[in-house]
Amino acid sequence: MKKIFTYTFSILLLSFCGPQLKAQNDSIKSNRILPADTGSKLNMDAIYNRPFLMSDKIPIAIGGYLEANSNYEQTDGASEGLTFQARRLTIFMSSTIAERIHFLSEIEFEDGTKEINIEFAAMDIEFHPLLNLRGGIVMNPIGAFNQNHDGPKWDFIDRPISATTLIPSTWSNVGFGMFGKYYVNRWTLGYEAYFTNGLNSNIISNSENRTSFAATKLNPNRFEDNPPGSPVFTGKIAIRNRKIGEMGISYLTGVYNQWKVESQVVDTRRNASIFAIDFNTSLFKNKFHITGEWVRCMVDVPETYTQAYGKSQSGAYTDFIYTFLQRKIGVWKNAKFQIGTRLEYVDYNEGKFKETGTKIYDQLWSIMPSLAFRPTGSTVLRLNYRYMETRDLLGNPAAHTGAIQCGFSTYF
Amino acid sequence: MRIPKWLLTFTLPALVLVVACEKMLPKAPAADSILDGPVGGLTNSEMSTFLHGDALFNEQIFTVETGLGPGFVATSCGSCHAGDGKGHPFTTLTRFGQYDSNGNTFLHLGGPQLQNRAIPGFKPEQLPAGAPHSNFMPPANTGLGFLELVSDADILAMSDPNDADGDGISGACNWKKIPGYLKVFDFAAPKNGYYIHRFGKKAAAYNLLHQTANAYNQDIGITSVFEPVDPYTGLQTDPEISESDINAVVFYLQTLKAPIRRNSGDAMNVQGEKIFKQIGCENCHRETLKTTTSKTAALSEKLFHPYTDLLLHDMGPALDDGYTEGSALTSEWRTPPLWGLGLSKNSQGGSYFLLHDGRATSIESAIEFHGGEALKSKNNYLLLGDSDKKALIQFLESL
Repeated sequence: MKKIFTYTFSILLLSFCGPQLKAQNDSIKSNRILPADTGSKLNMDAIYNRPFLMSDKIPIAIGGYLEANSNYEQTDGASEGLTFQARRLTIFMSSTIAERIHFLSEIEFEDGTKEINIEFAAMDIEFHPLLNLRGGIVMNPIGAFNQNHDGPKWDFIDRPISATTLIPSTWSNVGFGMFGKYYVNRWTLGYEAYFTNGLNSNIISNSENRTSFAATKLNPNRFEDNPPGSPVFTGKIAIRNRKIGEMGISYLTGVYNQWKVESQVVDTRRNASIFAIDFNTSLFKNKFHITGEWVRCMVDVPETYTQAYGKSQSGAYTDFIYTFLQRKIGVWKNAKFQIGTRLEYVDYNEGKFKETGTKIYDQLWSIMPSLAFRPTGSTVLRLNYRYMETRDLLGNPAAHTGAIQCGFSTYF
Repeated sequence: MRIPKWLLTFTLPALVLVVACEKMLPKAPAADSILDGPVGGLTNSEMSTFLHGDALFNEQIFTVETGLGPGFVATSCGSCHAGDGKGHPFTTLTRFGQYDSNGNTFLHLGGPQLQNRAIPGFKPEQLPAGAPHSNFMPPANTGLGFLELVSDADILAMSDPNDADGDGISGACNWKKIPGYLKVFDFAAPKNGYYIHRFGKKAAAYNLLHQTANAYNQDIGITSVFEPVDPYTGLQTDPEISESDINAVVFYLQTLKAPIRRNSGDAMNVQGEKIFKQIGCENCHRETLKTTTSKTAALSEKLFHPYTDLLLHDMGPALDDGYTEGSALTSEWRTPPLWGLGLSKNSQGGSYFLLHDGRATSIESAIEFHGGEALKSKNNYLLLGDSDKKALIQFLESL
């Protein structure tokens, strides 16, 4: 207990003292470009809607963010103890190659260097606000979190469970497509449509022993190889009203198995798809924010395979965040304290057992209260507590997990 | 120096969380409320091996890439034994092909076990026409190491194959030859090259290595140095699991704790226990056995209470599926241990699925299916008053 106390206190102390330390002077003069808050931005704009550093000598804007935290987690009395986690170091670079031709990339180091991913690396050509072409490694526009996932934007250290295990955020694949936006008065309408690589048989053959789109990311050749031989289609339509909020509907579908080898049929062609609805709104003069996403996955699992791999899955999360203090605090002119909570559930297998006709479980729910301090718009210190109940396939007595997490996330 | 209020806003909740974390995090359930967990008294190195075996048993999921199938029943050990308890109809397996002690006549057609599922692109095995068969519900794993160490002499002392004492209860051993990879027990009492087997519904597995290697092979389609032939193709393959991993799983099974009885002093349970003995249940469901010496001190020379005699008994026509293994008759089943019975629902999705194939969905129903050598005890049970029946069931659920 003493150790936990000491470690946590040290983190808090460092977190508060850190910003007081003076940064080194740059030899190259640079300007910080902060994202405009026009109220007409959609989740699809999130990749450009970030703080960048621009130099007058280099044609590239650069930015990124870092996330680190402490974690103490216990399931039914069993714990691995206190750990410190360097979850993500993400670096993004953008440049305007020529008029109306842009490039942006996002490279992420997860858990140190355990996972190094190119999360985005694409070129955009704008013909008209309603017609932009995009090609390269793109983020499939399924749900909202996958598009708008930067750590500093969220008051929760963990990403939503449904947005990481059903939709495997951040989910990027190589491909091409188009996007565009249309404005009328208070309304903004946006669309995206891409054909990409991305699916494979890991969906129903993985160490999770359940249907898992996340397992598709384990294919190391996914940026050069497309085992099913046909592309995945992902499309999204989003609409935003400045007074009401944003709502998005997205759909992803494609063949997931390698049903042909050297033009010879070796299996039945099987489809997998995801449907998602997302929304977000701000109320009470921008002090109260609600963000949520519901997702349903459908997979054609062979009848003769194990029922542990479900044909349909669903999950959702909703975040409620309230700013209860916003004023000059210390040296920070517009600092905020926010409280909130995240409610979430995931049902990994919505089927019924053929043998008994009873429900297949494999599901969880979780509640996660949060307290966050935002000294500036680009930095957040977060304190989270999670309580989660997990039930196995058969619906046996639930496992209970509690977790206490403290950390920060900041753009740089 | 004044501490600003805003600083307290963040730090105070953090300190409260840290100080109260022990209270806010879920506690371990009581040891007598769960089946899994190690036997007490393991050394540090034994505990490490136990934990390694635990991870392999419960977390190692086999996939197409790691050798699953092509035909299979389950994708991991833990899928059939959730929480180390009994299985569910979802993971019930089918054995087929043997009518009598002359052996399995359907081995060339895929016997002795049906792989009723298959990886994509392959067809699962079909039950051959006319094959005798029986469905087997996965048993609980707990306390198996104790049962493995009951000496053959003790088992033989309980057996009475010809009912010499005339009490209507025989109790026979399943005598079989053992595969070449098995080392015979020091306490083995062979008869003409045949050995007493003790694990499985028909007592057809010699020891836990035999049971485990066979289960990897027949249930998951995983070959090993012990069982190198793929049951789907019939061809020998490179081992898909290492010998050391199988040995770790075997050690895990050997050192799972025996189920802990609950509320043994409760008056109803005491009454139920008395009735259990009075109506003759204990003639087969023997309360107390003892282990012989073992190099694992935690298991060596211990008295334990499994409520089994590890022998085969004729259970009558209602439970005779026409299929058998080894020297057992088709109507004979090995007495299942009753310890852990009250916790079975916690691994079976909240319902009881009892007897060899899970056909009984209550303890009362399981008793009523008893026949053959157990007919007298069942009739005694049926004659009990409601309160005595209730006491008996409560006692059984306390095990």
